[in-house]
Amino acid sequence: MTALEVRRLSVRFGEFRALEEVQFSVPEGAFVAIVGPNGAGKSTLLKAVLGLVPYQGEVLVYGLPAGKADPFWFGYVPQIKTFDRSFPALALELVVTGLRRRWPFRLSPKEKEAALAALAQVGASELAYRPLGRLSGGQLQRVYLARALIRRPRILLLDEPATGVDRVGEEDLYRYLEAYQKASGATVLMITHDWEAAHHATHVLVLNRRVVGFGPPERALSEECLRQAFGHVGHAHGLFVEGGRA
Amino acid sequence: MLEALGYPFFQRALLAGLLVALLSGLASPFVVQRRLSFLGDGLAHAAFAGVALGLFLREEPFWFALPFTFFVALAITWVKERSGLSEDTAIGVFFALSVALGAVFLAKARGYVGDAMGYLFGSLLAVGPSDLLAVGAMVLLGLALLPLWGPLAYATLDRELALADRVPVVFHDYLLSGFLAVSLVLSVKVVGVLLVAAFLVIPGATARLLARTFAQMTLLSLLLALFSTLGGLFLSLLLDWPSGASVVLFQALLFGLALLKTGFSGEK
Ligand SMILES: Nc1ncnc2c1ncn2[C@@H]1O[C@H](COP(=O)(O)OP(=O)(O)O)[C@@H](O)[C@H]1O
Ligand SMILES: [Mg+2]
Repeated sequence: MTALEVRRLSVRFGEFRALEEVQFSVPEGAFVAIVGPNGAGKSTLLKAVLGLVPYQGEVLVYGLPAGKADPFWFGYVPQIKTFDRSFPALALELVVTGLRRRWPFRLSPKEKEAALAALAQVGASELAYRPLGRLSGGQLQRVYLARALIRRPRILLLDEPATGVDRVGEEDLYRYLEAYQKASGATVLMITHDWEAAHHATHVLVLNRRVVGFGPPERALSEECLRQAFGHVGHAHGLFVEGGRA
Repeated sequence: MLEALGYPFFQRALLAGLLVALLSGLASPFVVQRRLSFLGDGLAHAAFAGVALGLFLREEPFWFALPFTFFVALAITWVKERSGLSEDTAIGVFFALSVALGAVFLAKARGYVGDAMGYLFGSLLAVGPSDLLAVGAMVLLGLALLPLWGPLAYATLDRELALADRVPVVFHDYLLSGFLAVSLVLSVKVVGVLLVAAFLVIPGATARLLARTFAQMTLLSLLLALFSTLGGLFLSLLLDWPSGASVVLFQALLFGLALLKTGFSGEK
């Protein structure tokens, strides 16, 4: 079964074309690593799937238009944690929003148990009752990941989840993801700058505003593909003009 | 002092004050966390323009202040959502427009400036039975909006997560603005235009200093608002101080105590 089908997806911010005619399709249970230079539109792609930016084209999730899919199907870990650090909140409460889609006034014993288990799953038990605004980047990654996992999503959308996480933590992270995927059969899309990790994926999407390569790691991470994606970084302006004429 | 409770005007003022405290205490944590204190000020001045128009037309000012303030609240939100201008810029524009309109109306309503003073600083005596009814109705509406606490708090913490979870964040922004506008206009009789924004800021700010969770912050804010209104109104009666000012001074005192308690440590 196809978990995610993206057809001729284009995103514009004013005149700027962040994504153009992006097209690929992800089978259920795949682990897709998304790589590409800064500003390639990687984060924008995940946001389009979640309906956070307006787009042209089609995004189908298990055959349904993404906007009609059950929000509980998606587990999202954003790249930039935009939350209000002065908001009085415990890490545990944020994790519970993964179950509720609203802020909890009080936690039921069941929710508390589930949230503690989710935090334990990502090695962050000791963070449960810490104020959210006081956590470090790496600690936040774990809490956000627990929040994404607690709803047992069919599709995990992870935007550079290893950024800020220490070396040991990074290895842990990939182990949690693998374990979750094995247990649930979920599909994972992960933006990463770690090519080592990308080599372990089932699929790699090389992105630079357009799809430069999509397929098994050995093919997508070929020198040719990577030169095409990253070699143009220095000529971003040229690319933009070319896109502007198209 | 307790015999004051026997006077109908004081009973009315006390009840109206407590109901208003309930509304503002509930809204205040959102105002504080969403950094909307300037919106409170902007809406207070819109209420002033509405009051001035009412005085100019020699009609009940409340019925002009209410729709005008409500409209300005929605307009500010609309400009913010649509234009990419920051909220404080949108507020600044409507703030100035409101004060200018209010000044023109008041100038043309010469002879009624005495009434205007009552609206600027609030007056216990000004609370009539119909005001009480209006505030009561609004509290019922506030209770009906209680289920929105969860989604509103979620979007307050992290708008993008809430949007990704398909919370109707923008619609809720309008609802909150509208709710703030109506609560604020209802508070004007007791507190006055100049101080009404404090009602929306200080209880939440004090609660923020003491709370570890947003639920605690909301409950504390409610309690602080109610307690300050009680304390302030008795103070006002006892010392013959303006009612709104007394309540706000009481709120500020509690804020100061909370600040001392946390020892300026920034803990919590
Ligand atoms: N909300 C926005 N408004 C305008 N431009 C944006 C917005 N979001 C992203 N962009 C631009 O789109 C491009 C792609 O951004 P992004 O998807 O974050 O790249 P990355 O591949 O590094 O994650 C960048 O040039 C960025 O400046
Ligand atoms: Mg990015």
